[in-house]
Amino acid sequence: MVAHLLTLRLLVLRNTVTRSPWQLVAVIVGAVYGLGILLLVFVGLLALSFAPARLTHTIVVLAGSATILGWIIVPLLTSGIDQTLSVAKLKIFPIPPTRLVVALMICGLLGIPGAVTLLAGIFTAASWWQHPLVAGSAVVMAVVAALTCVSGSRMIESLNTGLSKHRRYREISGIILLVPLLLLGPLITAFSRGLANAAATLPVLADALGWSPLGASWSVPATVQSGHPALALAKAGIALATLAVVVLVWRRSLGTALVTTTQPVTKTVARGAIGLFARFPATPAGAVAARCLTYWARDPRYSRQLILIPIFPILLYVNSRTTHLDGLVSASGPIVAVLVSLSIFTDLSYDSTAFAAHLSARVTGLADRAGRVAAVSSFAVPIVVGITIGSVAVSGSWSSLPVLLGLSLGILLSGLGLSSVSSSRIVLPVPSPGDSPFAAKTGAGFTTALTTFATWGILVVLALPELLLAIASGATGSSLLGWITLVVGLGLGAVLLATGIRLGGRRLDRDGPELLTRLRVQR
Amino acid sequence: MHDPRHPDGRVRHPDRLHRLSGMFDDVIPDPAQRLVEPSRPSGRELRAQADSTPALRIRGLWKRFGDKVAVAGIDLDVPAGSFYGLVGPNGAGKTTTLSMATGLLRPDAGSLSILGTDVWADPTEAKRLVGVLSDGIALFDRLSGEQLVTYHGLLNGMDRATVAGRTRDLLELLDMTDAGGKLVVDYSAGMTKKIALATALIHAPRLLVLDEPFESVDPVSAANIRDILHGYVESGGTVIVSSHAMDLVQRMCERVAIIAGGRVLAAGTVDEVRSGSPLEDRFVELVGGRHHSRGPAWLRTS
Repeated sequence: MVAHLLTLRLLVLRNTVTRSPWQLVAVIVGAVYGLGILLLVFVGLLALSFAPARLTHTIVVLAGSATILGWIIVPLLTSGIDQTLSVAKLKIFPIPPTRLVVALMICGLLGIPGAVTLLAGIFTAASWWQHPLVAGSAVVMAVVAALTCVSGSRMIESLNTGLSKHRRYREISGIILLVPLLLLGPLITAFSRGLANAAATLPVLADALGWSPLGASWSVPATVQSGHPALALAKAGIALATLAVVVLVWRRSLGTALVTTTQPVTKTVARGAIGLFARFPATPAGAVAARCLTYWARDPRYSRQLILIPIFPILLYVNSRTTHLDGLVSASGPIVAVLVSLSIFTDLSYDSTAFAAHLSARVTGLADRAGRVAAVSSFAVPIVVGITIGSVAVSGSWSSLPVLLGLSLGILLSGLGLSSVSSSRIVLPVPSPGDSPFAAKTGAGFTTALTTFATWGILVVLALPELLLAIASGATGSSLLGWITLVVGLGLGAVLLATGIRLGGRRLDRDGPELLTRLRVQR
Repeated sequence: MHDPRHPDGRVRHPDRLHRLSGMFDDVIPDPAQRLVEPSRPSGRELRAQADSTPALRIRGLWKRFGDKVAVAGIDLDVPAGSFYGLVGPNGAGKTTTLSMATGLLRPDAGSLSILGTDVWADPTEAKRLVGVLSDGIALFDRLSGEQLVTYHGLLNGMDRATVAGRTRDLLELLDMTDAGGKLVVDYSAGMTKKIALATALIHAPRLLVLDEPFESVDPVSAANIRDILHGYVESGGTVIVSSHAMDLVQRMCERVAIIAGGRVLAAGTVDEVRSGSPLEDRFVELVGGRHHSRGPAWLRTS
């Protein structure tokens, strides 16, 4: 049973790798990266053996607790760490739940993330190599912790399967969870400023975590070493009890999940309510704009990107307060302009083969491009202008408003023009419609990252004139240069946007069928 | 019934693309006037007039994907006003042929014309004449059914009032009025097929190309759709249906072509092709690959 599931897993991995050489490259890069991290962890932990025991304890407990927490959070963000062996797919086989639990646990431990966690955990023994008994306890507790990671992740996954009957809930829950995670950095900075300093608080935090389910197993070796065997036994008890409870809950929810099918709950709108289609002009371009805007609201793959918009100004604000660099806030407008305008840089990939509708209905490339740009502009222009004005209000330097507006709007317009061209050429493996927006396709990360960075680079070049003018204006404090930046930003941006729409549209007119073929392959 | 003009192994030049546009002057009514305007020439008249110009004419069509030849020189004439069945085993090249015929996939060689308009020389005009229901093509499924049909109508450049009227008609016709407000992503497979059919019909095409239209559609809806299609053919339209259901094709279609391995094995009226035996038997006979076995011993329960 265990062997079968394990073989299945490895087969799936092999088949994805052999599908294209690029995926093989991506997997190899990933493996080298993972091995590098493991090596660093090992060296670091070995070095800790020469450090005071208290420091080792603090670092291991904090890192270990974060690892367990990470394993538990990931299934809420994606559809699970390991989708090959999802409960939904194994449901049809006559496997008793208990055996399935054991099999999944071992498979999870031998999968790549599981193996890395287990090895990194076992490496903590290296910090105690001078004390064989302590090192031994570290190895045992590392296995317990790794099992807790795998089981905890699986437990959350199967609990979540039961909860997520509502498609909307499923799609949004991950996104909502992302917000506090992204803001974690500033939150910690803000909180720790109240405390005297971080160096004093971290050991205390580690001591507290050592008695919690997250950190108990990681805390055992140091407690043994400090000569408190009773306390160490108590902590080991907490760790084992945690594992037992997690496995039991998992076993129970798995039992339920195996005999339940999720019934989608749907919402119906009244007849004749065609939403945005009634608001936009009744032309092909208007229809495309209405459709895109509807997708921005309904498709989590788009709406996820909207969440980033408020987060960046907040991050910049908090950082400018802690670092006392007031200028940081001013970067909000331009950064949001970059993010929003390039959010559609591979729009066709998101359409997937549904793009055939545009092809069949002989929508001109121009109308297609213009509609997509209009949809984004309808909210991007007010947001970018609003954020720019807001950032100026916060920093109080109203004289810099023309510069910043010129820069932000210049970047926004140029970026939309660039997206119009790039999305008529680039087809990337993006999450399919209906997938979790975080469900990256295996091996897609590498090409996607490369293309994204290339696009950002091109945008910097396109916006170079207003960027240089803005820098010059900032350096000289000249208000004339500021107004020139505004004019150049708007003018050059408009020209680039029009050119982008025309070039992208022409490309679409010429190569529509070929693009559809590439989109088909992607599916 | 082998097509005599198409001997196997005949080499075709990859760059051969015929230009047929302008050779036939077919009177095409404005699409905005059909479906709402019942006053038009009767089906019989149209059929007589259209006899000279096939609804779909395929000559020497080739397509290869990598080293796999999907379509290896197909010649086919679909007469205007006919109900035409395209049958073949999985991977026979049906979907590829239909994709090329509707301007969604560029052929390597060969010519395709819809009612005399060369699909790849004048794709805009050709696409105006054809409505497509593709198999394995996604829909914009975050829209409600009504929004999706409206979207397709507006993309076709129709005005708002016409789109609204036709959307209502189509949803009623397909028993989808109640489901019109639900998101397409929440539809069952059969409902998805029906809404896709509605999107193919919204611009009142002269030729309907339907790839597996009855797959996972319930029997009642399938019968209703068949009635609609028959009515459409009666009034002069042409329907091409690809399907695996031989019974259905035998009952429903006037003409049929059997395709396997990217070639036409037989084409003609259903009676000609089946020559006395049921279509299914004739199909199996032509395509081959049938084996007579009752399965392994362990699968027999008694």
